[in-house]
Amino acid sequence: MKKFKKVMSLLLVAAMIALVGCGNSNGSEQTENTDNAASTETAGDAAAEENAPTQAADGEVFKIGAIGPSTGSAAVYGLAVQNGADLAIKEINEAGGINGTLIEYNFQDDECDNEKSVNAYNTLKDWGMQMLVGTTTSGCCIAVAAESANDNMFQITPSGSSVDIINNNDNVYQVCFTDPNQGVGAAQYIGENAVAQKVAVIYDSSDVYSSGIYEKFVQESANQSFEIVSAEAFTADNKTDFSVQLQKAKDAGAELVFLPIYYTEASLILTQANAMDFAPKFFGCDGLDGILNVENFDTALAEGVMLLTPFAADAEDEATKSFVSAYVAAYGDTPNQFAADAYDAVYILKAAIEKSGAVPSDSVSDLCEKLKGAMGEITVDGLTGEAMSWDSDGAVNKAPKAMEIVNGNYALIQ
Amino acid sequence: MSFISYLINGISLGSVYAIIALGYTMVYGIAKMLNFAHGDVIMVGSFTVFFAISMQGFPTMVGIILSVVLCTLLGITIEYIAYRPLRGAASSLAVLITAIGVSYFLQNVALLIFGANTKAFTSVVTIPAIKLAEGQIIISGETIVTIISCIIIMIGLTLFINKTKAGQAMLAVSEDKGAAQLMGINVNATISLTFAIGSALAAIAGMLLCSAYPSLTPYTGSMPGIKAFVAAVFGGIGSIPGALIGGIVLGIIEILSKAYISSQMADAIVFMVLIVVLLVKPTGILGKKIQEKV
Repeated sequence: MKKFKKVMSLLLVAAMIALVGCGNSNGSEQTENTDNAASTETAGDAAAEENAPTQAADGEVFKIGAIGPSTGSAAVYGLAVQNGADLAIKEINEAGGINGTLIEYNFQDDECDNEKSVNAYNTLKDWGMQMLVGTTTSGCCIAVAAESANDNMFQITPSGSSVDIINNNDNVYQVCFTDPNQGVGAAQYIGENAVAQKVAVIYDSSDVYSSGIYEKFVQESANQSFEIVSAEAFTADNKTDFSVQLQKAKDAGAELVFLPIYYTEASLILTQANAMDFAPKFFGCDGLDGILNVENFDTALAEGVMLLTPFAADAEDEATKSFVSAYVAAYGDTPNQFAADAYDAVYILKAAIEKSGAVPSDSVSDLCEKLKGAMGEITVDGLTGEAMSWDSDGAVNKAPKAMEIVNGNYALIQ
Repeated sequence: MSFISYLINGISLGSVYAIIALGYTMVYGIAKMLNFAHGDVIMVGSFTVFFAISMQGFPTMVGIILSVVLCTLLGITIEYIAYRPLRGAASSLAVLITAIGVSYFLQNVALLIFGANTKAFTSVVTIPAIKLAEGQIIISGETIVTIISCIIIMIGLTLFINKTKAGQAMLAVSEDKGAAQLMGINVNATISLTFAIGSALAAIAGMLLCSAYPSLTPYTGSMPGIKAFVAAVFGGIGSIPGALIGGIVLGIIEILSKAYISSQMADAIVFMVLIVVLLVKPTGILGKKIQEKV
């Protein structure tokens, strides 16, 4: 009997190791796939493993790394960034690269965890990354930006929207709006279009993205015609029960509930509001993008939800149309704002490299200095905004777009 | 009016805590160990229901039965493989660490199988909501079912322990394992039965938790698990009525402090109350003071 137990526990340990092993090998396969997908066979992983003779190839390609949660609670964003950047890099490589230099691409998963994000950054540095597209979520991005500032690594985040990302880090630029801009933009939109008079807010006080938007929204609301009748918070450890927050909004007679939060919690809020017969207008920022993709979620509940986001997949302009059809063909899914942000981020990098005349043999720090100089001078027409330009602090200037969920799809409000 | 709504929500949340706490308290009371993997058995139960009903399209009843059976087997297996070899031989700390290990193991297996994307859980409750006072107070079907099942489970467990032979054996094992064995009680089988019952309760708690708060991830069980553990300690760990009272009181405190003090501070207040209760009454509300005999 004792022996049997020993054998059993050994088997269990073996099973655990096997499972962990599987996880790892899957992960590395994935990165290899994306590498291949970026059509950089010339200096692929296989060559790097053989070492010495191919090392020189490092100087002949631009090595762009990207980080985001391709698994975890914010996986919709990470996957979108991974694919969006991948698509842009493929296009650039097919067209002959940047000034004739091809791009090599490597994406790392951070599961939306700060520590894992810094680990992913270090992994990419070991790989030889010269520029970073990332990270995807604000919390992680603050952690990684502190590291990249130390290394003077050029970083452009598609969707990290906190001000703390660019404050004091002059190597970091944003494609999306900063949180204050989103908060101010949302308040102005609600006020100027008279969407509602009585507004309630439910936000995540343990998250920088959410509380950042909330603070600016409250500040700006003083200048607008509407009134904030209830402002309630929740925290990361207590984000399943929203009955109290909703009850308070309902009791205060709110016509609109502003949700500067991510879609996972928003989907719960919509379900619980429906259960208590509370049907105000819901209004959110780019964090709500992805709510229609929650598995098994009844999208009828999201009908009429409004969100401020800079990209609409059903927009009629030529650039958006060709991006959407190429994205759907390559990844079988309609791109969201995050995919467009990442796609733009790569093209912004391209514009900055072309402007500055940087070459792959520059050191990471030299490259960063050259690109920083170029960022102040370029204007880029992208999917997420016309004539985007950047301040020296790294924040972007562009106009927001308001969207509404109609018949289970995002539709641009004209 | 809104006070009554808050109270109902508190009792509803508290009933879920209570069912989870019943599992904790049974295992602690009889096997004298903290089964920290309990919260993750809840998650496994919910994923089984999700897999059966939403992914395979089985009828709700089949999903519920499947989930209870699977969790029962899982509970027995975990006890047999991970805890039994350590019983008696190793320190209680080793068993505690093993339990935490099992907890992480279950989370990561679920992560590998189902991925980390949030899934919206389809409620297993089909009873319509009751509306009182012209729709100002709404009691959802989930709340009604949760409260009723909580009471039924508590009464059932009390009867089982006091009126059946197996229940009496459990009591004997909890008092003195060695003496129980000398009286002809199979200690290992009794503890297996305890884990089986505890895990079946976890499956039910999982379904009710996810029906009331329909979001499912591999980490769904961990926070409610910790809160329920607090509820069990609060009510007096090892005491079955204590778990019920602890759970419901905890739920009410949480909701009311969210409503009337601060929605951010709710957790801090809940844990502060726990500290105060333990300072005043170290064995919890209904806990018995055990005198160590020399």
